[in-house]
Amino acid sequence: MSWFSKTLNSTIGRKIFMSLTGIFLILFLTVHVAGNLQLLIPDGGKAFNIYAHTMGTNPFIQVVSKLNFAFIIVHIIWSILLTRQNMAARGVGYAASSGASSKWNSRNMGALGTVILIFLIVHLRKFWYVFKFGEVPTTTIDGAEVPNYFLVVNEAYSYWYYVVFYVVCLIVIAGHLNHGFQSAFQTLGLNHKKYTPFIKAVGALYSIIVPLLFALIPVMMFLRNL
Amino acid sequence: MNLTLKIWRQQDANTKGEMKTYEVSDISPDMSFLEMLDVLNEILSKKGEDPVHFDHDCREGICGMCSMVINGRPHGPKQAITTCQLHMRSFKDGDTILIEPWRATAFPVVKDLVVDRGAFDRIIQAGGYISVNTGGTPDANEIPIPKKVADEAFDSATCIGCGACVAACKNASAMLFVSAKVSQLALLPQGHVERKTRVEKMVAQMDEEGFGACTNTGACSAECPKEISLENIARLNREYVGARLSSENI
Ligand code: HEM
Ligand code: SF4
Ligand code: FES
Repeated sequence: MSWFSKTLNSTIGRKIFMSLTGIFLILFLTVHVAGNLQLLIPDGGKAFNIYAHTMGTNPFIQVVSKLNFAFIIVHIIWSILLTRQNMAARGVGYAASSGASSKWNSRNMGALGTVILIFLIVHLRKFWYVFKFGEVPTTTIDGAEVPNYFLVVNEAYSYWYYVVFYVVCLIVIAGHLNHGFQSAFQTLGLNHKKYTPFIKAVGALYSIIVPLLFALIPVMMFLRNL
Repeated sequence: MNLTLKIWRQQDANTKGEMKTYEVSDISPDMSFLEMLDVLNEILSKKGEDPVHFDHDCREGICGMCSMVINGRPHGPKQAITTCQLHMRSFKDGDTILIEPWRATAFPVVKDLVVDRGAFDRIIQAGGYISVNTGGTPDANEIPIPKKVADEAFDSATCIGCGACVAACKNASAMLFVSAKVSQLALLPQGHVERKTRVEKMVAQMDEEGFGACTNTGACSAECPKEISLENIARLNREYVGARLSSENI
């Protein structure tokens, strides 16, 4: 192995992959929630449809979207690599285990991540796949005919079990990010007396506010459909 | 005090072990945890049974030999002490206490509660030393080192290599130990000459030994008898990435 691949494959190198992809996914979630909140504008979906159409056709966004898929796959593959390494390193487990010295979510990032993966598959199948390859009804905005993505989302969120599924998964994402946000900075070696308390505070707020805003979308749309 | 002890018994590295139950009575709350085990071992010896093997040496919290996971916590329920510093007054009459060895593939069980921590020695041998000639004793303050830096290096140097961090970590990661050993030298001028090679070699050895990765749960630092801080792990990551990118070692 070259010095470069040895570095990437070291324990620390593997963790750097997790943190960089994790931070990218955090940035993505921020943009994603900002865009999707337009679903709640009471204009029959006009703003959201314009936004979704622009995102779907803008070449720059298309590149970022491909990157996003790549990063999430790297994040998942590396999480499997790390989890296997970690399980092998323990070997025989303890008869008594105590959770007194660490937080539950920090110890269960893999389990939380697995739920997120299931969520992602359902989410992508329901929306991304349908938007890209399915039949989407169209609507006319300012004389131009564009796909009516709003209608697809609105239809999905009229089922209560969908709404419950989303809310539960967003709680899981909150748990993952509550540990992951600050962990990613620590992994990168960014621990500093001045900035770490700030990073931890931002992470704690982020992990509550962003999933909460996301959860607001299906809940509000469901209530409006009643 | 009367106690029920559930202790891991394992004949040798190749035999399967199991938890065995023992009763001890009339234990003084002023006894240390190891003295309580001494009492049990006297009883077992008198009965002609094999006493429970456990590591210990100084019995004053400085050598790092004593190593037991007590009710799921390395060095027991108290913060910032080793097992030998733990006293029976931390338990209640009638308690059931589970006692297990450090669990890590890199720390194979030798017998009962004794594990082989040679992996730590090999990590130190890989680079945790200064081999350049630093000359005779310099005059005091000839090399200016800010008090803050000296204190930080000293804090890292207080690691006694007990391995509780590995035992506590859900991943059996040795990052806290390695980071303390890298930090104590990286922070001081004498350590600078070999700084890059040191961190590269020590991390490579850590991986070679089969320790896990760090998920930053913080269990290591919380259970560490010397309260080695997580800042060391961040420093280790910085040192490692910086060294890999800039050293001449291919
Ligand atoms: C919305 C998507 C996701 C985001 C924003 C995200 C974010 C993060 C962040 C920031 C970290 C901390 C990295 C570090 O400690 O350096 C992390 C860790 C982790 N993630 Fe994710 N993640 C996501 C999805 C997933 C998925 C789908 C999985 C698994 C199938 C997963 C599994 C893990 C695991 C196992 C860790 C802990 C790794 C370790 O420290 O050993 N994540 N994630
Ligand atoms: S870092 Fe703490 S727990 Fe780990 S070996 Fe050193 S003293 Fe023991
Ligand atoms: S026996 Fe030396 S630290 Fe416990």
